[in-house]
Amino acid sequence: MSDDDTQSSPPDPTRRKFLLTTGSGVAASMVAAYIPAIANTASGESASASAGPGPHIEGAVPITLRINGKDHELRIDPRTTLLDCIRETVALTGTKKGCDHGQCGACTVHVNGKRVLSCLNLALMNDGNEITTIEGLGTPEAMHPMQAAFVACDGYQCGYCTSGQIMSAVALLKEPCGPDDAAVKELMSGNICRCGAYANIVAAIQQVRKGA
Amino acid sequence: MHTFEFIRPADPAAAITAAAQSKTAQQGADVRFMGGGTTLIDLMKLNVETPARILDINRLPLDKIEDTPDHGVRIGATVRNSDLAYHPRVQRDYSVLSQAILQGASAQIRNMATVGGNLLQRTRCVYFRDTAMPCNKREPGTGCPAITGHNRTLAILGTSEHCIATNPSDMCIALAALEATVQIQGTKGTRTIAFSDFHLLPGSTPHRETVLEPGDLITHITLPPPTSGSKHLYLKLRDRASYEFALASAAVVLTISSGKISRARIALGGVGTKPWRSLEAEAALTGKPANDTTFRQAAEAALRSAKPQSENGFKIELAKRCLTHALRTAAA
Repeated sequence: MSDDDTQSSPPDPTRRKFLLTTGSGVAASMVAAYIPAIANTASGESASASAGPGPHIEGAVPITLRINGKDHELRIDPRTTLLDCIRETVALTGTKKGCDHGQCGACTVHVNGKRVLSCLNLALMNDGNEITTIEGLGTPEAMHPMQAAFVACDGYQCGYCTSGQIMSAVALLKEPCGPDDAAVKELMSGNICRCGAYANIVAAIQQVRKGA
Repeated sequence: MHTFEFIRPADPAAAITAAAQSKTAQQGADVRFMGGGTTLIDLMKLNVETPARILDINRLPLDKIEDTPDHGVRIGATVRNSDLAYHPRVQRDYSVLSQAILQGASAQIRNMATVGGNLLQRTRCVYFRDTAMPCNKREPGTGCPAITGHNRTLAILGTSEHCIATNPSDMCIALAALEATVQIQGTKGTRTIAFSDFHLLPGSTPHRETVLEPGDLITHITLPPPTSGSKHLYLKLRDRASYEFALASAAVVLTISSGKISRARIALGGVGTKPWRSLEAEAALTGKPANDTTFRQAAEAALRSAKPQSENGFKIELAKRCLTHALRTAAA
């Protein structure tokens, strides 16, 4: 049995690019169909990413949401959470839906510089607010120091909770937090990691705090 | 989630007028004020709350923490829990409140949740949260499966044959010990309610949790002037070290002079159907020497009327030890 393939340096596709470009086209068509189909979970109808022509949403109301420094003119069902709006309407999928009930922290974003749970927040409550998601923090080429520290310290395994962890960790830098690991753990307790990468997450945060 | 109309009232008067159209301000309200949304949106997703109208009160001018003329503190209803916990005066003069808030929920939820909303936090009883189950609090008259079912986390004080749901708040336990007052503005004007009178015992009407009537808007919480030299402690015991509701907690405000307790204010969390001020414990402490014998006697007094269920009998001894340890630590 040859292990040549496993030893060769793999290309570095993102998971999303991988799904969108691989093989049969089945994955690609599934993903393409998936995004608009659940664009508005509350009404069961789809919402377009911007105002103008697009599917009709009964009872939709207009709102301007400022996300990562960019204004988005949207029409949404009033029931749309900030989380669903970010992911499905604006199509910024870095923010993750875990429990959808404020128990896991995967959906953490910043509103006016403070970390909040986007699943327990209606999008409509946020007009005029400055919303920052993981996409607004850094890019693969120019990572935020916290993103770089998570990479350096291996602060994840499956990665699903990671954007929430990083958004929480960046906000923590500006909060009253004691110097030791115990203080960091306490203030990070709202972000659950079922892989159990906690030790490395704390190490990443402490690395940034000590370097700052 | 059911559909609703989303309205942002221009001022408190408009909010009150709109809310007064609701048939009730209790369970089943068809108009709800929304603060942080951390309880309400969760329960709307579960269809436990199905308001037809949401009044967003986050932009009303109720977001200040101010000194009162008598050197107390007046807290606006939309002040965020984290802003209150980290406020310098609260940390200095009302430390038990700061401690209680910071031991509750997570940093994200504390950034969202409002002070007024915390007073209206709903129980975590699994039967209340599951619309497939009967629940006297959610649907009056359907029965209480918790009494014969899963009740490990539920209340041992203030229960009735109709409901044993625990009040989940930490902040409210500190507010009970601090003898805060609640300012309410309604259709008939403004009124002030003592904190201990704000929440109701379940009795035969567990769906009624507070004194609020349709249109009533909590505008402020006021803390009386601090007692100089008092010692503050909030001790919370739970299944995991953080981000978990209390199995038992104690808020302690003690004044000790020459080894004797001259003033004691005690409230217990995690064990009561409402934030549980213990006048019995306070009476057992006042005028007594600040030692372990006194502390244990106060704990016995606080839990004397406790009624265990099939799974939560451990809470009686746990709460006694919690209060004893809190008193010992505060007095040290």
